[in-house]
Amino acid sequence: MSLFSSDNALLQVHGVTKYYGSRIGCKNVSFDLWPGEVLAIVGESGSGKTTLLNCMSTHLAPTAGAIEYRMRDGSMRNLYQLSEAERRLLMRTDWGFVHQNAADGLRMTVSAGANVGERLMAVGDRHYGRIRETANDWLGRVEITSDRIDDDPRSFSGGMRQRLQIARNLVTQPRLVFMDEPTGGLDVSVQARLLDLLRRLVSELGLSVVIVTHDLAVARLLSHRIMVMRQGHVIETGLTDQVLDDPREPYTQLLVSSILQV
Amino acid sequence: MTYAPQTPSESAYNFAYLDEQTKRMIRRALLKGIAIPGYQVPFASREMPMPYGWGTGGVQVTASIIGKDDCLKMIDQGSDDTTNAVSLRGFFKKTAGVATTFETADASIIQTRHRIPEKPLREDQVIVFQVPIPEPLRFLEPRETETRKMHGLEDYGLMHVKLYEDIAKNGHIATTYAYPVKVNGRYVMDPSPTPKFDNPKIDRMPALQLYGAGREQRVYAVPPYTDVKSLDFEDYPFEVQSFDKPCGLCSAEGVYLDEVILDDHGGRMFVCSDTNHCEERRAQGLTGPMAAAPTAAQLSDGNEPKPETRT
Repeated sequence: MSLFSSDNALLQVHGVTKYYGSRIGCKNVSFDLWPGEVLAIVGESGSGKTTLLNCMSTHLAPTAGAIEYRMRDGSMRNLYQLSEAERRLLMRTDWGFVHQNAADGLRMTVSAGANVGERLMAVGDRHYGRIRETANDWLGRVEITSDRIDDDPRSFSGGMRQRLQIARNLVTQPRLVFMDEPTGGLDVSVQARLLDLLRRLVSELGLSVVIVTHDLAVARLLSHRIMVMRQGHVIETGLTDQVLDDPREPYTQLLVSSILQV
Repeated sequence: MTYAPQTPSESAYNFAYLDEQTKRMIRRALLKGIAIPGYQVPFASREMPMPYGWGTGGVQVTASIIGKDDCLKMIDQGSDDTTNAVSLRGFFKKTAGVATTFETADASIIQTRHRIPEKPLREDQVIVFQVPIPEPLRFLEPRETETRKMHGLEDYGLMHVKLYEDIAKNGHIATTYAYPVKVNGRYVMDPSPTPKFDNPKIDRMPALQLYGAGREQRVYAVPPYTDVKSLDFEDYPFEVQSFDKPCGLCSAEGVYLDEVILDDHGGRMFVCSDTNHCEERRAQGLTGPMAAAPTAAQLSDGNEPKPETRT
């Protein structure tokens, strides 16, 4: 299967290790991510999921290891050798980052339209009418009605904020989106709607996604592949259905069996 | 810009208040600012014998460039005779003993708080602005480390987010003062809180513009004939304020007007913000609908401020 040879990988993680002093954040994590693939990183709190995600998204420099990303021109670049200008451009064009707390990823004091339009203006769009039209289109795609375009995100509900954050990230047609517990803190019915929306957008746009979650149901719904972490180590990895239906490691078995049944 | 012998009465002070080392430090910062138009140069701002917000930055810049032969004009919101202008003019009269004037054309250095004179400035003049907050991105991004990085990387999308908000909320760009500009195609700069009416004047201005922010410890500059473009959108281009009436006293049009409330029944008049410009016009016999009759002005002897003589 040449499609899955590392020549085509979008993101390659080689032996990434992060120490906080003498404590392990994550240790020796390696994997490849292919275009259009959704990878879920699961595990309990403190297992190193978010550390790994922050390392990948250049928010936190790893102690050891390398992370390479295929730029739009096809070249493979080490993320930590990019210049600050290149890194910023990458983060606001080719990448998205969906925070657990929408307030972290939004500008709460400017309107929804400006939130969506910010990336467009950052890459040089200077036509108000076009920016607004694009913002309106994206708000529609995340099921926010167009009469809310001039409202502050502060007046939005939690679910709407999260959807707005997603629109803001997707407006520049990124190829890779990092998500940190995108459904955390939302009630179950809103979660279901958001997951539906995410699944539709991901397949429509052919996005690659790295999603960090402790909620195995989210992983089951969204992801193709799953990585189970514990105490900073990756202990099991495989296709989502395979890992969840037939967990091999004792810890994964425990994790799967501890899902609450109603 | 020469050394001046100290007058006996003020011998405790150096010429123009600041010591020579401080002046040297500020001049170096200014030279750097002129070399990089619009770039905010940090400098070691001194305590001045006046509160922050009174123009400590502008005063330090003026004190560093002024010489004995200079003629100083000091304006506050266009006016030569309001508290701030009078105090700072007195300060330089006392500490530097230089000539002062109300006439824009006679001045070699003009220190201003938030206005640019209506009369076009010349190559042999310098205009010094008092700046409260030099960072145009400050209210959008509170972190200094981040705004510096944004300037360094020319990452100015955020500025347009503000303008977008203006249009979304008001239907037009509602920023009326401290309107952000791009200097020489590179740095985004806050032209101090001058009304945006004055923005076209700083574009390719023949005079050197120096900006000083004392509390924030920054100076910046726009050299003569530098391109200064006000930021805008393609479909919402930059435009200045316009007034539907001429000045009530001198009937000038196309100038910046101040509103003056006359009574508590809604009576008001609009007059030139640049008092020197207004007086000159009236001296030429150009009067507006609300001006006193010329004979009345002569009789009262003092209603019209007497032009200050050069000392």
